[in-house]
Amino acid sequence: MRNSILIILATFTASSFSHNGDFHLSENCPSSFENVNGHCEYRSLYHQYQSLENKGVGGLRTSPPKVRDGFSPQQIDLGRYLFFDPLLSGNHSLSCASCHHPNLGFSDARARSIGVNALDVGRASPTLWNVGFLTTFFWDARTHSLEDQMIGPLFAEKEMANTPENLVQEINANQIYRTLFAKAYPGTDKELITLNQIYTSIAAFEASLISLNSRYDQYAHGHHQALTLNEIQGLNIFRSFVARCAECHTPPLFTNQQVAVLGTPEPQGRPLDPGAGKIFDSLKLRGGFKVPTLRNINQTAPYMHSGAFTNLRDAVEFYTKGRGHAVPEGEELLLHWHIWEPELTDNEIDLLVDFLLTLTDESGKPQVPESVPSGLPVVSVETMQLNQSAHAIGEK
Amino acid sequence: MNQSRKWAVYFFIVVVFAAGFLIGKLNVDGSKTLIGDVDKYQTSIQARNDSETQYGSVISIEREPFNGQIHTIEQGESIQDAVNDAQPGDVIRILPGTYKETVYIDKDNITLTGVIIKGEWPTLEGNYELNDAILYSGNNFTVENLKITHYKGNGIMGQAGNNFIIRNNIILDSGVYGIFPEFGKNGIIEYNVLTGTEDAAIYVGMCDNVHVAHNEVFANVAGIEIENTRHAIVENNYAHNNTGGILVFITPGLPIKTTYDVIVRDNYVVDNNHENFGAPGSIVAGIPKGTGILIMAGDDVTLQNNVITGNNNAGIIITDHGNAPNLTLDPEVEPNSDRIAILDNLMYDNGADPSELVKALMLTKMTTRGPDIIRVGESKDSCILNREKYLSFGIDEFGTCAFTSTYGTKTYLLEKPVVMQAINAEERGKLTYYSVCTGCHAYNVRMVGPPTQEIQALYSDNPQGIVDYISNPTRKRADYPEMPPQNYLSMELRMAAAQFMLDAEQ
Repeated sequence: MRNSILIILATFTASSFSHNGDFHLSENCPSSFENVNGHCEYRSLYHQYQSLENKGVGGLRTSPPKVRDGFSPQQIDLGRYLFFDPLLSGNHSLSCASCHHPNLGFSDARARSIGVNALDVGRASPTLWNVGFLTTFFWDARTHSLEDQMIGPLFAEKEMANTPENLVQEINANQIYRTLFAKAYPGTDKELITLNQIYTSIAAFEASLISLNSRYDQYAHGHHQALTLNEIQGLNIFRSFVARCAECHTPPLFTNQQVAVLGTPEPQGRPLDPGAGKIFDSLKLRGGFKVPTLRNINQTAPYMHSGAFTNLRDAVEFYTKGRGHAVPEGEELLLHWHIWEPELTDNEIDLLVDFLLTLTDESGKPQVPESVPSGLPVVSVETMQLNQSAHAIGEK
Repeated sequence: MNQSRKWAVYFFIVVVFAAGFLIGKLNVDGSKTLIGDVDKYQTSIQARNDSETQYGSVISIEREPFNGQIHTIEQGESIQDAVNDAQPGDVIRILPGTYKETVYIDKDNITLTGVIIKGEWPTLEGNYELNDAILYSGNNFTVENLKITHYKGNGIMGQAGNNFIIRNNIILDSGVYGIFPEFGKNGIIEYNVLTGTEDAAIYVGMCDNVHVAHNEVFANVAGIEIENTRHAIVENNYAHNNTGGILVFITPGLPIKTTYDVIVRDNYVVDNNHENFGAPGSIVAGIPKGTGILIMAGDDVTLQNNVITGNNNAGIIITDHGNAPNLTLDPEVEPNSDRIAILDNLMYDNGADPSELVKALMLTKMTTRGPDIIRVGESKDSCILNREKYLSFGIDEFGTCAFTSTYGTKTYLLEKPVVMQAINAEERGKLTYYSVCTGCHAYNVRMVGPPTQEIQALYSDNPQGIVDYISNPTRKRADYPEMPPQNYLSMELRMAAAQFMLDAEQ
């Protein structure tokens, strides 16, 4: 019996490693997913609990919303290659990971992202951790599925600047992708790869990026020693009705996915970004943005939609500097009712930051592929930083 | 002119235009139309089955028989220390004295019970320095017999605790909300006295199946507010001298977007004429003083046998989001108050000093006195009984209610409390295995740790061996990093996960 297990083991191990230029799709689901007849289904300790009206918002022991799962291991792994492949951008210079890098909290460490030809895209790159749970996307809340979301950056002139026709043509022209897609979508090997298959694969990969195993989560599940006394005090300020953070950054995802008008400042010299006001054509939502998650928040500075705050403490302090203190003269914003005058002490701000640091969990971080089917160089944090300094020089 | 004042003026202008429009369009007599099912509230004998939850006849929340420890706390000791020591099922008795702390309860089945001796109450004193008095997230939480005063945030706040009982507390001058359960299912708020709250004294926000009864609320901005909540009964309360007595709202911009099936009955809603001292920007800051009952965007709200007197603006206001410009836009919310039923209520001496906007509307009725009932905005399939008794505006088109009483529905509390963990040990083992173990162990390939198959070979029929190892791991393999201890999982979960790991087949 034991021998047979070892033989099986040896076989699997041999077939799972990829060799130079030889691309395989994993037959295993990512961590935290159970393989049910070839479909990866997410399992979490949070599934012990319920949530009111199944909305996935509540307190410590509340189940998250339903995640986008059920993709095959091959679709997810194919999505990983696509995600890191600069072939997806019009001029082959950027991949999804250029603005959503796993080593930078699936963001890019920039105030605002830069697209092809070093263009400032105007807003900060949001993290992709836990996007599989979300039903509202973009800072201005303009789409409601991962597939609709990715159409934005892929084809925006200032971002990846591709076109649907060119994307599908270039992917089909690549023999490795033809083979991989045929494996991920069985029975389609005689057919051309479709745009929808590309979108599905990327969505499958993105939805596998889950972070719900932080020290905070250990506390939530009942292990109260997981947090220090300072961190618990921070949690109590976070959920108190003085600071009111949890009213919008609601556990367990630490976002309620609603649009809120905060009146945060723009970086110097930039005009007010109307945000959701433009999308919904409403002055009531002028300056409104989707409440972002705070999961892995320590990894994603600078903060706010255009990167006005370089560090977490400044971002927290914003909320206690006076209702509307940063609203430009002449603007009449309908500020969110929870923006008020909490008069937090310096110590309370520090404790809030202490608490926010407990929301870090990157145990589900996927492996960056060493190479991608196009043969183009895979973006690394080092090259991103080089690009950034080049960009900074260009600005001056 | 500050921002909220400006909005009030806009509000006024909008309402006047809307009213002109309504009068032109809707001078319709609806009294001949019967509205609603005659049996709408006849649910006392057989509990109504509503989306898998049974409710209708139980008026209390059952607790497990007491089988825990009693922790007795006296002045000089910390309630929080006792909570930290307590196990689910324990009772914490708090003797008279002053306690200056924030108490948080993140475990299930805890009871905080004050001991009142010869009129001396245990008092939680915030000194205007502490944020909230009591924060709970645990299920089956009971808090009773406490006096709470001078906190800056909330008196008693719940986040997602189900089956809560909050009773017999006195909450004085304690910040923004006095009692605020949020995201809770199945709860009772009764026999509390609250005053001096700068928003709602009792605020039921985003909850289901709640019973609010026998409370006294006075000199708050809002007395009792039912917001984005379904299946609530507000009965036998005394709401007096607030800015607004009882509110039934949908607030836009929240993640749970409906309010329906709310019964407001047998309450005294009297002289709610207090100056509005709500914080600038807060939603209640827009409530005109002198408002008895205010319904905004809630559906299936029935008012019965309330005594509504001396409210100088209006006895009952029914409105929608379109007439409330200080609210945000939320395309996912249905903004009208539909299927409102005003059964028999006693209304007297309302409207002595109406707000400017109400006065302007009443001029169209040839009076400057405020009304018992005013409706602005859409309100489909609403009804009233004995409409001729009241001075009213905008309800001509209301039909006549086909039902006359709500007493057939005793309560919306659940027949059986919400069950916390409806899954068995094996399922929990599976969740733990995938949630925690697979972060480092795949079935048949090396990740951070060795493959599950190798572990199965080492520990076949020995789950306890795995439990022992993961509780206190030591480095066993030179080519792998040391495993961190997993003792944040309960022993039960460790064993369940170990068993599942040994049985895993992929």
